[in-house]
Amino acid sequence: MFVFRLKRTAKLGIKSLWMHKLRSTLTTLGIIFGVSSVIAMLAIGEGASRATQEQIARLGSRNIIIKTVSPPEDKEVSGQNQSMREYGLTYLDAERFRDSMPNAEVVVPSRRLPQQAWYRNRKVAVEVIGTVPWYPEISPIQLKSGRFLSSIDMHHKQAVCVIDENIVKELFVLDDPLSQNVKIQSDYYRVIGVVSPEDLGPAGKSLENGQTKPKGQGGANIGSIYVPLTTVKNRFGETSIQYSGSSGRSMERVELQEITVKVGAMNEVLPTRDILETLLNRFHKKDDYHVVVPLELLKQAKQTQRIFSIVLGSIAAISLLVGGIGIMNIMLATVSERTREIGIRRALGARKRDIVLQFLSETLLLTLLGGILGMSLGSLVPFLVTHFGHMPTVITGGSLFLAFGISGMVGVIFGLYPAYRAANMDPIQSLRHE
Amino acid sequence: MIYHNDKAMNFNADTPILLMERLCKSYMLGTVELKVLREVALSINSGEYVAIMGPSGSGKSTLLNMIGCLDRPTSGDYWLGGQNVALLDDDELSLIRGSRIGFIFQSFNLINQLNVIENIEVPMYYQGYSEHQSAQRARELATMVGLGERLGHRPSELSGGQQQRVAIARALVNDPLIILADEPTGNLDSESGTEILKILMDLHRQGKTLIVVTHDERIAESAERIVEIFDGQIRHR
Repeated sequence: MFVFRLKRTAKLGIKSLWMHKLRSTLTTLGIIFGVSSVIAMLAIGEGASRATQEQIARLGSRNIIIKTVSPPEDKEVSGQNQSMREYGLTYLDAERFRDSMPNAEVVVPSRRLPQQAWYRNRKVAVEVIGTVPWYPEISPIQLKSGRFLSSIDMHHKQAVCVIDENIVKELFVLDDPLSQNVKIQSDYYRVIGVVSPEDLGPAGKSLENGQTKPKGQGGANIGSIYVPLTTVKNRFGETSIQYSGSSGRSMERVELQEITVKVGAMNEVLPTRDILETLLNRFHKKDDYHVVVPLELLKQAKQTQRIFSIVLGSIAAISLLVGGIGIMNIMLATVSERTREIGIRRALGARKRDIVLQFLSETLLLTLLGGILGMSLGSLVPFLVTHFGHMPTVITGGSLFLAFGISGMVGVIFGLYPAYRAANMDPIQSLRHE
Repeated sequence: MIYHNDKAMNFNADTPILLMERLCKSYMLGTVELKVLREVALSINSGEYVAIMGPSGSGKSTLLNMIGCLDRPTSGDYWLGGQNVALLDDDELSLIRGSRIGFIFQSFNLINQLNVIENIEVPMYYQGYSEHQSAQRARELATMVGLGERLGHRPSELSGGQQQRVAIARALVNDPLIILADEPTGNLDSESGTEILKILMDLHRQGKTLIVVTHDERIAESAERIVEIFDGQIRHR
C-alpha cells in the first residue's frame, strides 16, 4: 500500500515536471553543473595527484637520495681564466654511510654523466650512470634480458654496460643488443643486459630537485646506460671541463653525483635522514649537497591533494547552494501556481503531511535527476580530457557517491520550505484562489 | 479506515446524521468582532435532501465551510455521524473530510493535470486504498454518472456538465455520510443543470444524504426541505 503511494507520488511528480519541461530543465541545470564540475574537477585533480604520487613512489619510499649540487659561493669567483672547483659527494661519504649507519640497508653511490652513445652509424644522447651492482635495489628498473653489473665487473673495471629499452629502440632498433658494443667517447662497452626505463610517465618528467628534465623529444637524454662505477672512474676521471660563455673555462672535480640510501622500514626514513645530514654537515663545509626524501615528498603531495580537494569541494558546495536556492525559488512559484489544487486536495482529505510529501518529492525528483545527469556529464569530461589532453584522470567512487548524496540533500533542504508553505495554506482561501 | 472517537454520542437510526447546536463563528477585524454565524441550530437526518438558501452576506458560505469541516466554529457543537467534530485537530479533520463528506463545488474544482479516472481516485488515494481497488471503484462510479467512455480525458476536454459529473463521482468514492454541494448548477447552462439535477435526485432516491447550498429554484423544488439562513441565523429548521 505504501509502495502504491510512493509510486503514485513519483508518477504525479514526474507528470507535473514533464508538463513544465523547460522550467524543470532550467531548474536542474544548476544541480547538473554543480555535480558535474565536482566530479570532473575531482577526477582531474585525483589523476594528477596519483600520477605525481606514482612518480614519487618510483623514487622509493624507503629511499633517501642525496645529490651533489654546485655550491653557490663558488659561482661568484668567475671571470678568471681557469678555476678548479671541488665539491659534492665523495666515496668517503658512501663509506661513512655504510659504516656508521646501522639502519642503512643499501648504500648506492652513482656518477652521472651526459654523453653521446654510438652504435654503428646511429647515435643517441644518453645519461651514463656509473654505479654498483646493487643499484636495482633502489630503483624500479626491471631486468629484461641478459644480466646487470656484477662485483667481478666492478673489481676488474670491465668495459661493460647495461642499457635501457628506450636506447635499444633508438640505437639498435630490431637488432639484439646483447654482446654488441656501444661506443662512448673513444671507448667501447659491451652490452651485457637490458633493463626497463627508469621513468614511465607519459610526459617523462622527473621530480628530483623539483626540476623537470623532459626526456625524449626536445629533451637531453633518451635513456640511461649503466656502467660499473670503477670503470667510469677509470675511463672518465673525475674532472670535467666547462666552458663559460664570455671568457675562460672552469674545471670541476666531482666524485659522485648521487648517493641513495635505502632503509629497512618507512618509519626509519626520517630519523635516518637526520643522522645523514649530521654526518654530511660535519664533513662538508660547502653547501654542496641536497637531500631528497621521497617519503616526505609523498606526504606533501598528499597534503596538497587534500587541500586541493577541500578548496574544490567548497567551490562545488557553493555552486550547489546556488542551485538549491534556484530550485527553492522555482518550487515556491510552483506552489503558488497550484494554490487551488492544494485547496482541492485538502478538501478531499489530504493532510498537511500529504501535501508536504507531494511537493517535496517533486523537488527531490528534480535534484536527483540533476544529480544523475550531472554524474554522467561529470564522468564524460575527464574521459575527454584523458583522451585528448593525455592527462590521467581518476573518477573516484567516493566523488560519485558524494555528488549524489549532496544533490539529494539539496533537494530535501531546499524543497522543505516550499512544501511547508504549501501544506499550511488555508484550504478555504486556496479554493477561492484564481 | 474508520475513525473512532470516544467522544461520540449514542448514535442510532433515529439520531440526526448532522446536528449543530448553538454554533457560532466570529472573525476579529482588528479589535472589532464580526459575528458571521450566531447560535446556529441545524438538524439533518440520514437520507434527507436539504436545500440551504439565503442572500449573499447571510453567512451561507461560512455555514458551508462549517458543515464541510473546512473551518472550525468559534463556539458551539457540531456532531457529524455521532462525532463532535468541533474538537478535532487538523489531521483528524482532514480524515473526516476525506471519508465522511463528499464535496461538489460550483466551479467543479477538478485537477487539470489528471484525467477523469485519476480525478475520481484522489479521495481514495488519501484514504489508503490499494491501486487495484481504487481504479476499479473509480471506473464503476464514472460509468454510473455516464462517463464510462471518457476515462482518459482531461477536464479541459470535457464540457461543464461532464466535469460536474466527474466531481459527483469523486464525491461518492468513499461512501460519505453526507454529500455537500455548493451551487452545483451555478456554472452550468440550463440543459446541463437539468442533468445534474437528475443525478442528485437519483442519489437521493438511493438514500444518500444531500445538503445543497443554492440559488437555483429547481433544486429548491426538488429538495425535501429548505433551510433559510439570514444574517447569520437559521430561520426554518
